[in-house]
Order: sequence, then structure tokens, then C-alpha cells
Amino acid sequence: MTGASSGKLSRRSLLGLVSAITVAPQLRAQPPNRMRPQAGDELVFDDGPSLGEVVRPNLIELHARPVAALARDPASGVLRDGSRLNRVMLTRIDPEELAPRFQANAAGGIVAYSAVCTHTGCDVFNWDEEQLRMACPCHESQFDIYDGGRVVGGPAPRPLAMLPLEIAGGAVRVAGPFRGRVGFQQAF
Amino acid sequence: MFGKMKHLLVCGMLAWGSAAARDLPPYHPVSDERLLNPEPRNWLMYRGSYDSHGYSSLDQIDAGNVGQLELVWSFATGLREGHQAPPIVNDGYMYVTTPQNHVLALNAATGELIWRYARFLPDDLQQMHPTNRGVALYGERVYMATVDAYLISLDALTGELIWEVPVEDYYNGYYMTLAPLAADGKIMVGVSGGEWGIRGFVAAYDAMTGEEAWKTYTIPAPGEPGSESWPGDSWQTGGVPVWLTGSYDPELNLTYWGTGNGGPWTGDARPGDNLYATSVIALDAGSGELRAHHQYHWNDSWDWDEVSAPLLIDFERDGSTIRGMVHPGRNGYLWFLDRGPDAIGFVDAWPYVYQDVFTGIDPETGRPEYDMSKKPGIDYQADFCPSLWGGKDWPPAAFNPATRLLFIPANENVCSSLVGEEARYVPGRTFTGRGEADNGGFLIREGAEHIGELQAWNVDTGEEVWTATFESHNWGPVLATAGELVFMGGTNDRYFRAFDAGSGEILWRYPTSSGITGVPVSFAIDGRQYIAVQSGWGVDAEREQNSINRVRGASFYVPQGGSIWVFALPWEPAP
Repeated sequence: MTGASSGKLSRRSLLGLVSAITVAPQLRAQPPNRMRPQAGDELVFDDGPSLGEVVRPNLIELHARPVAALARDPASGVLRDGSRLNRVMLTRIDPEELAPRFQANAAGGIVAYSAVCTHTGCDVFNWDEEQLRMACPCHESQFDIYDGGRVVGGPAPRPLAMLPLEIAGGAVRVAGPFRGRVGFQQAF
Repeated sequence: MFGKMKHLLVCGMLAWGSAAARDLPPYHPVSDERLLNPEPRNWLMYRGSYDSHGYSSLDQIDAGNVGQLELVWSFATGLREGHQAPPIVNDGYMYVTTPQNHVLALNAATGELIWRYARFLPDDLQQMHPTNRGVALYGERVYMATVDAYLISLDALTGELIWEVPVEDYYNGYYMTLAPLAADGKIMVGVSGGEWGIRGFVAAYDAMTGEEAWKTYTIPAPGEPGSESWPGDSWQTGGVPVWLTGSYDPELNLTYWGTGNGGPWTGDARPGDNLYATSVIALDAGSGELRAHHQYHWNDSWDWDEVSAPLLIDFERDGSTIRGMVHPGRNGYLWFLDRGPDAIGFVDAWPYVYQDVFTGIDPETGRPEYDMSKKPGIDYQADFCPSLWGGKDWPPAAFNPATRLLFIPANENVCSSLVGEEARYVPGRTFTGRGEADNGGFLIREGAEHIGELQAWNVDTGEEVWTATFESHNWGPVLATAGELVFMGGTNDRYFRAFDAGSGEILWRYPTSSGITGVPVSFAIDGRQYIAVQSGWGVDAEREQNSINRVRGASFYVPQGGSIWVFALPWEPAP
């Protein structure tokens, strides 16, 4: 059950063994659904009224409550749902107001931030519509969607990682790997 | 087979040998007999004894000399967040857990480190409650329930991992923060996750092999008694976690566990009583059979987990002694119950803080009636008191059997506002259905001059003997001692305090480096009595501070970072 005596690859066993010295090389191979979003992936809504649909810019309104999405490899059709660290939150901002250093990460006003809080790893699903801040339900960390996910409240130590986007064929696609580290870091 | 799970070079372990071990006596194995009758010099389990009294019969430190109490040693854990665990002490060996599931083994007299176990937690873990509430000791082993939902067994002398067993899958929202209960040759744990659509349970494991002995769900499956109280498939994701250590009556061989909220939070998402949410359940220690229950309030809609295990106290009523138990509820009522081999009976209950939801209590069954305007629902926002953190949240109350006084760490004058929304269950995501209240969700009653309280109640007369008040909210677990003292931190000013148990007067206080939400204990070595506690602010104490700041337009800051603190009277070592 811990994986030490199991030849079958499961998520639990892999997590238990990633750094154990006895892991066979083939166990380290990462299945495509666990891989982080890759350049060229399309995005699919993981929540909300368009659940399961391909993300198109017109489906997200300005300053809409951020909605969860996952990347999908258009060639193989593999949805990258094998790790919750892959999930992003999408919303639309006014591109001219976005801090300049992050403008290259937006596409048609759509921005994507990691859904995983940098404090203790909870999903950043809450939304302060007045201040336009993403917020975490666990410890109330808040993040500025106009400034690269900068922490503007609560205990989170780092900004949310941003996923660069592009628009191709009328759909929102991943333009490159996450900018920044996804998830929380165990301190000690 | 669980025997195959033994692997000594597990990546999660960091252990250091130390000269401290050489100064220590041989390890004194923890037997069933010792757990049943713990020596006054030791603190062998979460609340010191199976009855959950949180009481030490040591009396060297007393009301007359406590003013001289001084720091003997302190030790920085190197970690942030809520340090809630008691230092567990067995004849000179101290075991302390921290957030992120470290275990520290220390020389209790000197603070020297013997070994440290640090668990490597998965990257994709979510920690709504980054804390741990302590170890269990049994034989020559130390047990910890982890936030990635494993039960682990360590060698008490070396910190070596002997085995680890997955209790559930953390990915689906299960996690553990409680100190395990060691009893009847088993190690028992419950699971957290009431905000994540889990189905709660208590499970017991063979202390030596880690093999599962039994597992009892807190939500009955269809066809089982109580299943009619859950509509449709809601039982599968109804929550009802168990995240505090149970009490144990060895004569009845029953363990008593408090259970948490149903999910989603507003009860109209799961119409019915929702057994056995917000209840106390009696589980047979040998088989896990659910032998009795009492539900404190039905169809919980306020996030009022009733997870504190009842204190097993025999109390007087109308001239006779009742084999009973006492529970200061998160719902703001102080409950007195009768515990029998096959039933839990209601005796009486009354509010110990302002409570505006219950309009009455059935005198026979204890079932409350509600002011339905105070019951939040989907798209219906309701204000209610006490707040969702309750009259008392998890910090344990304590009982002095000699003076008959029960000490409750309470919060008064704070209320909440909740509104529900439709929730869709997705494994590993929050499943509270909590909407955005238009008033911020947290309220302080008009004219309130304090929030935190320490209350003293006589369990036989029902009289409130004294109440100490604090401007700050209070998240302080309580220790009572035979020296006629009560110890508690819990406030945002970082003080650890000793109170006169008879009057509530503060006799001594010490400012630690962070706020204290750790469980205080007392122990003795070579005739010297010690008081020990962890400081380390975080989790819900921090959350409530944020809410108070928001209401008051303040930015009060409590520093984080864990430390262990050990105090004693001035002492001249023998020549």
C-alpha cells in the first residue's frame, strides 16, 4: 500500500517514493495527465457553466469571478488532470491596466493564475469582486490579478504562479510553462 | 501485508543522535496498566488521563509560590503555524509534535534534542489546518497521525520509522491533526475533512503491526440505523469528521468521540438530523461497534463541530451521583450527560455564552428547538451567536476533581453571518457551499468590552463560580493542577498565565515569543515539578484575529514561530 511492495504505479505510491533511493527508473516516468500545462495545450473549463468546454475568449467577461480550468493536449486529447497543481484560475482583465512586466502572459485580456495558494496549498477559489482580488478560503490570503498575483493580504509568502497564454484558432492556449513555483513549500 | 511496510530508510526521517540521550534513564515502556493509572509525575497522553480531565495532581507549584515560577528552558521548533500539541512526558523523555508533522524527542529536564522526525509531505497537499495535536505513547513506540492521512509508528528511543499505514487518501480531502488514542492494545484515530466532502470515521490499528482492527463511520450507510437522517447520496460526502482525541472508560470499554459538522455547511443541503454529526458517539474499544450516541444539535448549519471529547465526570444531581460526562459545546451550551453501557442519557444543559439560536431544549431528550430565522440556508443569510468558532472551539476544558470545578476557555460577544450556495462535489475541493455574506461574515456584539473568557463552573451545583475576561479572543487550552492553579495562554498578547483556581485572579504571567494555542501539561523529574507548553500562533486563532481586525479596522499582528517553554520554581540541585 505504501508502494514499497507494489509494482503498480499509483499516485499515492509515487508520492511516497519520489525520493526513495530504491525507486526503479520506470516508476519515475510521469504520465501525461500529470504533466504541468505545456506550450500549445488548449484549456478546458473545470468548473462553472461551461464545464468541459474549450476556453474561448468570449466565454470570459471582464472581471468575471475566476473560473477553474485545466490544460489538454490537443494532439492526444489527454486532459492534464493528474495533479491539482495543474489547475489554473481564469479571468479577464483590462490589458492596459495589467502591470507591464506581466503583459506578455495575458492573451486578449485573459489571465491564468495557479489555483494553488502558496501558503498551505489550498485552492484559491474565492473572489473579492470589489477589490478584484483572488482569495483563499483556508487562510484568507489575497492576490492581485493586475499585478502578477502579488500577495495583498493574508499569510501567503509568494505570488501565485502565472501561466502564459496565447490565442490560436479562436481558443485560449498555453504559451509556456508556469512563471514561478506552483504550490506551497514546506518550511524548515 | 503490513509487515512488509517496514522500511527503515524512509525519506521522511531526519534523526540526530545526541549526548542528551546518555543522560537519560532507560526508557520506561508504556503499558496498558500505566495508561490506566498514569503516574502523577508523567503526562502520557493528550489530556493526561483517559477521562480527559486535563488535570495534574502535582502540587509543588501552588497559589502561594507560583509568582516565583521561572523559565528552565525553551526550544525553537523552526516552524510556523499553529503549535497545538501538548508536550507528552514519560520519565524524562518529552515528545512534541509541530505543524508539518515533525516530532521532537527532548530531554524533558534540559531541553536537549534526542532526535527529530520530519515528515516530507506531498507537494499537492492542501492544509486548511496546518497543525498537529500530539503523539500517543504505547510500549516503546511513539505514534503520530499525519496531515497526509497516515498513521505512523516511531521508535521512542531513536525516532526510526517502524511502519506507516495510509488511513485514507489525502487527495480526496482526508487529513489528520489529532493525537491518536492508545487503548486496549490499539491506536485509534479519526479523520478531518468536514470542509472537503469526506465521510468521517474512527479507525483502530493494532499497536504493534499497524493492521486495521476496526473502522466505524460517523455517517451510517443506507440501511444502517440513522441512515434515514441523510437524503439520497448525501451520506457519501456528508463530512462529520473526528479531529480530537476521544475519552475512554475502561470499565465500560467504551471510547467517546466528539463529531464535527455536516457538509455542505448549511443544513438545507442535506435535510434531516444527519446522524451522527455534531454528536458524541460511544464506540466499543474492542470491536468499534457504535453502542450509543447523543446528538447535541441536529442538521447543523453553523459549522459548530462538537469534536471535543466529553470529560468523563461523575457529578451530583438531586442528591445522587450520576456516572456522567460534561461537554462545553461549540454551540454555546454546557451539556451534562449520563453515560451507560448502551445509552447516553440527557441530564441538563444551559448556555455558557450568549446564544441566540436555540429557543428551548427538550427536558427528556435534550433536543434543541431553533429560531429558524437564525439558521442559514442556501441563498438565505442568517446572523447567529456564538460565531462559527463557537462558545468554545477545540481548545480543551479542564476539571479539578477535588474542587469540582470545570474550567472552560470561552469566547463571548462574537457572532457570525453565513449564507449558503449550491455546492458541487469534486474530490479534493472544498465542499462547504459557503457563500459570501454581505456583512463580511463576522460580527462583534454592540457594546462588547471583551471577547475571551476563562470560566469556572461547579459541576455539582451548576454554579458559575468565577469568570476571567480578556479583551482578546481566547484560543487557550487549559491545565488544572492540585496546586489550586489553572494554566492557560490563548490570547493575542502572547502571555502564558497562572490563575488562582478559586478566584480566577492572575497570579503569574510570562510573555512568550508567539501566541499560545498549545495544550499545557505538568510533569516532575527527581521531585521537581514542571509546567510545559508550546507557543506558536496560527490556524483559526489567526483567522479570528483577521476577522476582528476587519471589523475594527485594525491591523493587530501576532508573531508566528513555534517554541516549547518549560517552567519551574527556583531549584538548588542536590550536591
